[in-house]
Amino acid sequence: MLTQEEVSRYSRHLIMPEVGVDGQEKLKAAKVLLIGTGGLGAPVAMYLAAAGVGTIGLVDFDVVDVSNLQRQVIHGTKDIGKKKIDSAEETMRDINPLIKIVKHEVALTSENALAIMCNYDIIADGTDNFPTRFLINDACVMLNKPNVYASIFRFEGQATIFAAEGGPCYRCLYPEPPPPGLVPSCAEGGVLGILPGVVGLIQATEVVKLILGAGEPLIGRLMLYDALAMRFRELKLRKNPECICSTGDMKLIDYDHFCGIQKPEPPPLVGEISPKDVKTMIESRQDFILIDVREPHEFQIGRIPTSNLIPLGELPKRIAELDPNAHYVLHCKMGGRSAKGCDVLRAAGFKRVFNMTGGITAWSEQVDPTVPKY
Amino acid sequence: MAKILIPTPLRQFAEKNNSVAVDATTVGEALASLTTQFPDLRKNLFNDEGKLRSFVNVYVNDEDIRYLQKDATAVGDGDTISIVPSIAGGRC
Repeated sequence: MLTQEEVSRYSRHLIMPEVGVDGQEKLKAAKVLLIGTGGLGAPVAMYLAAAGVGTIGLVDFDVVDVSNLQRQVIHGTKDIGKKKIDSAEETMRDINPLIKIVKHEVALTSENALAIMCNYDIIADGTDNFPTRFLINDACVMLNKPNVYASIFRFEGQATIFAAEGGPCYRCLYPEPPPPGLVPSCAEGGVLGILPGVVGLIQATEVVKLILGAGEPLIGRLMLYDALAMRFRELKLRKNPECICSTGDMKLIDYDHFCGIQKPEPPPLVGEISPKDVKTMIESRQDFILIDVREPHEFQIGRIPTSNLIPLGELPKRIAELDPNAHYVLHCKMGGRSAKGCDVLRAAGFKRVFNMTGGITAWSEQVDPTVPKY
Repeated sequence: MAKILIPTPLRQFAEKNNSVAVDATTVGEALASLTTQFPDLRKNLFNDEGKLRSFVNVYVNDEDIRYLQKDATAVGDGDTISIVPSIAGGRC
């Protein structure tokens, strides 16, 4: 039953035949788990709260950073340093105090995923990494719960519903993750701030449609959105009969291992050098060449004065410009791309090649805070 | 000529092109022509055995080639080949 307060609040829903009192009661009874309260999670959480989804669970363990605010509109400047889950809850309560918000301040793992997810009807995946996406998929298949999925990169988004009754799962589309380093993350590749707004609201729309049982759900179809071209395209997704979601072999595994990710704090690799040591080398005028493998637009944001810009993509072509006997230190934003750059040089026979750990972000933190972090 | 759409993450390996026209009669030929033109794309699309990587899907128009004739899927004028890699971003 809807209260009088709810009738007033949701009146624009109630006068629509596609929602009506029955639909609003379904929304009120629904339990939706949002995994991630970042770029995608922000609009999903705000609109689902506004729409009157009765129970919304949030999973996040991160804190609000100033660089989040360009797109994570659920958090504000006053929230910097606060737990994202608390900041998100505050915004949602302001939008709609009538709903229940359940906070799960954890990283989703193979150990806790089933226990958390089993309390919800629908899962919305707004995470930012492959291990968690495979984990969410596998748990949704095991629990038989739809996974309303979206992901974003720069100007491009993908959205669909996985693991719905009879529909394909994430593994039907991508049986395996890419090896680390081959596909850039948002932190390395960037993302247009507005993009998660558009793509997140596709997710929110599909959540609401699933709850209402209305329209044609985005099952068996992959929606691709290109913001630069302002074009939506749709591709067919099929349930792969050879996928483990069909053969029944699904169990939760070590997803970091599956995705080729080393455990935290791996021993430093030979060939790495800290920002502080690089600073000492510069100050003592040691003979070495510092190469920044980031893109020109990142170089513009901030740079180490003695660095030379050669974007990673151009490195193989420009290798002939470089003396293979010289001493090199490579850096990027966080250390991922420059590690690949080091591999490129080493493969070409360069002997003295070092990767600056943590990239210019660590440089800013440890050496020169006037270099902006981004 | 068939048109190959290059997704955002791979454009850096294709001289920033978002689409490339190729003269080919099958998907296999089209991708071979593409990676001849842009050799840096090869390791992103194919593994060491020359097989399409499992986190990259290829579509002709709106259909996954795994459910057509894979590399041998015919393409012709007006067909669009889409390369769709997995992307993970969202919370970040």
